[in-house]
Amino acid sequence: MKFIDEYRDSALARNIASAIRTEVHPDRDYRLMEFCGGHTHAIFRYGVQDLMPENLRFVHGPGCPVCVLPMARIDQAIAIASQHRVTLCTYGDLMRVPASERQSLLKAKAEGADIRMVYSTQDALAIARAAPDHQVVFFAIGFETTTPPTAVALKTARAEGLSNFSVFCNHVLTPPALRAILNDSGQDAARIDGILGPSHVSTIIGSAAYAFVAREHGLPLVIAGFEPLDVMQSALMLVRQINQGRRDLENQYSRAVSPAGNTKAQALMRETLAPRETFEWRGLGWLPDSALRVADTYADWDAEQRFPVEVTPSREIKGCECPKVLRGLLEPTDCKLFGTVCSPENPMGACMVSSEGACAAYWSYGRSRQSNRATTASAA
Amino acid sequence: MTAPNSIHPNSPGHSNRRLDVREGRVDLSHGGGGRAMAQLIEDIFRRHLDNDLLRQNNDQALFGPVRGRLVMSTDGHVISPMFFNGGNIGSLAVHGTINDVAMAGARPLYLAAGFILEEGLPLADLERIVIAMAEASKAAGVPIVTGDTKVVERGKADGCFITTTGVGEVPDGIVISGERATPGDAVLVSGSLGDHGIAILSQRDNLGFGTELQSDSAALHGLVADMIAAVPDIHCLRDPTRGGLAATLNELAAQSGVGMLIREAAIPLKPEVRAACELLGLDPLNIANEGKLIAICPAERAEALLTAMRAHPLGRESAIIGKVTKDPQQLIELETPFGGRRLLDWLTGEQLPRIC
Repeated sequence: MKFIDEYRDSALARNIASAIRTEVHPDRDYRLMEFCGGHTHAIFRYGVQDLMPENLRFVHGPGCPVCVLPMARIDQAIAIASQHRVTLCTYGDLMRVPASERQSLLKAKAEGADIRMVYSTQDALAIARAAPDHQVVFFAIGFETTTPPTAVALKTARAEGLSNFSVFCNHVLTPPALRAILNDSGQDAARIDGILGPSHVSTIIGSAAYAFVAREHGLPLVIAGFEPLDVMQSALMLVRQINQGRRDLENQYSRAVSPAGNTKAQALMRETLAPRETFEWRGLGWLPDSALRVADTYADWDAEQRFPVEVTPSREIKGCECPKVLRGLLEPTDCKLFGTVCSPENPMGACMVSSEGACAAYWSYGRSRQSNRATTASAA
Repeated sequence: MTAPNSIHPNSPGHSNRRLDVREGRVDLSHGGGGRAMAQLIEDIFRRHLDNDLLRQNNDQALFGPVRGRLVMSTDGHVISPMFFNGGNIGSLAVHGTINDVAMAGARPLYLAAGFILEEGLPLADLERIVIAMAEASKAAGVPIVTGDTKVVERGKADGCFITTTGVGEVPDGIVISGERATPGDAVLVSGSLGDHGIAILSQRDNLGFGTELQSDSAALHGLVADMIAAVPDIHCLRDPTRGGLAATLNELAAQSGVGMLIREAAIPLKPEVRAACELLGLDPLNIANEGKLIAICPAERAEALLTAMRAHPLGRESAIIGKVTKDPQQLIELETPFGGRRLLDWLTGEQLPRIC
């Protein structure tokens, strides 16, 4: 496949791996946080960690929009669907995310709520057009990557006068999340030597949005694509920066990301959506200016205003270490629930639900490595 | 095609008026056991599926003893959309059950078919489905010898559900079972994976991406017969339908109490399947197939088996993809083209596209 196979070339991968092994200093550790779940997925799916030297570890970050969504928002979505008897359209990843009282969208659907899985905002609009007497709510979620399609849906709904369509907006912004992690100076703050920065997000907001990481926090950041060679090349770029004592913003994903990003998409987002004063992130708590709501000028298409429901605070499952996993403080296998009561079939925390979550990646792709390690350790 | 309480079309009072297959629709009377039902059976089912055993007109098919051991399998088919590139629910219902029987190394002999029809289903659609079943059954040499029809109210089914049951005979000396995989054995696949699942997905209303890809739906008993002739000591055979290669290998590993090491680069995949999976964020190794099989045999017989498979039209793209390992945890490990390793796990729930 053109433009895909080039980034999965095994000979090239071995060359980059060899270059990394040559360049790392044996007397120090390199802890590189990959921000995005897409990176986590690529690292596990292609066995990238196996090609790295022992003293280079990938630390998994909070970059999975499903994983950082607090339970309260799923509760709210279920309440909108069941109390107001609307059709709730959502992306597939969200269906199994645990909500309070052992609920989930999938269970609510089984109990009779009209919850449908869609592949795009256009599907949700089509459902609304087909049933003009019935209210349709689109459960919007994702980082800046998936925000422009929501903006387009709002514009389309207004242009067409679709009065039975609205958006339950849960779009979150990556720079504030990164700030929150880097500002964490507590005793248990994650030690990070460099960051693999968001790639698809950066195609929208541009690489310059992450300049603060180097400037304010003195850490190197490389905008890294999601293909395995992208991740490996970005790791090499970070190793070189660390060795040279540089703290720069670099862009490995230059084939898609410019410093300013997609200004047309940004304008669309500014027109239809507005910053929230604060928003709760699973694992990171309430972060100011970290999420978007439907703009006042589009209030008629805001599901939160059209279908008010009582919002109760999130109550996470006892013992679930998702918050620490999301901040790079713990590995999934450090959680007592991992692999015991928490598995993809029966997820206790959101990191086990999404295929981009660190726990799901460990379970689905890396379990054997963990058991091999355990075997080696017990043999030693 | 017989049904409990059906009225024989030649019985007194039967109307000679033909069923309006072109414009008509299934209604509740077609399942009511009366004249309409008899007419439906006569004009669609019996007309297209005709054979000696079906013509017995009883509520069962009576046939003579077979020589080998008997195998039996049954499978329900509920597929959306019902018509797709490379087949429809009818041909699929025939191929699926023939394959389940054949995976014991058996020669499939007879099929039974049960239909649940939704009120409102166009009779023309039903006829297309039955014609596809007739063609598939004739091409495979496995007749449909008995069956049943029920009609449910509109909204209580999705057009047409078909359950097919098959029986077959296993030649003496052939022992093929999921519990026989042994460390050291070779793992083979009969061709490119994911074709059926992606062909279906591409034709769902809300996806509709352009591809000419056809379902691989096919009856595999001819291929199996050639494989057994070349290598009688095949340990395991299974068709990787729902859950794809990943589920099938995990099933076999669990049954046999072994692990497997699979080389990802050796797994045949069509560029269209890879591209569609890339686009949707799906793993082709979890995607369903309807005309492929997985074989496990002693390593020293793997090349002979591969040669036999490649000599058959349905096995031209066969490949040796890995080996069975000793692993009490029964894990399937995948060696990536990079040289790293990862687990090839069971699919969790339904495979869902990722958000970004």
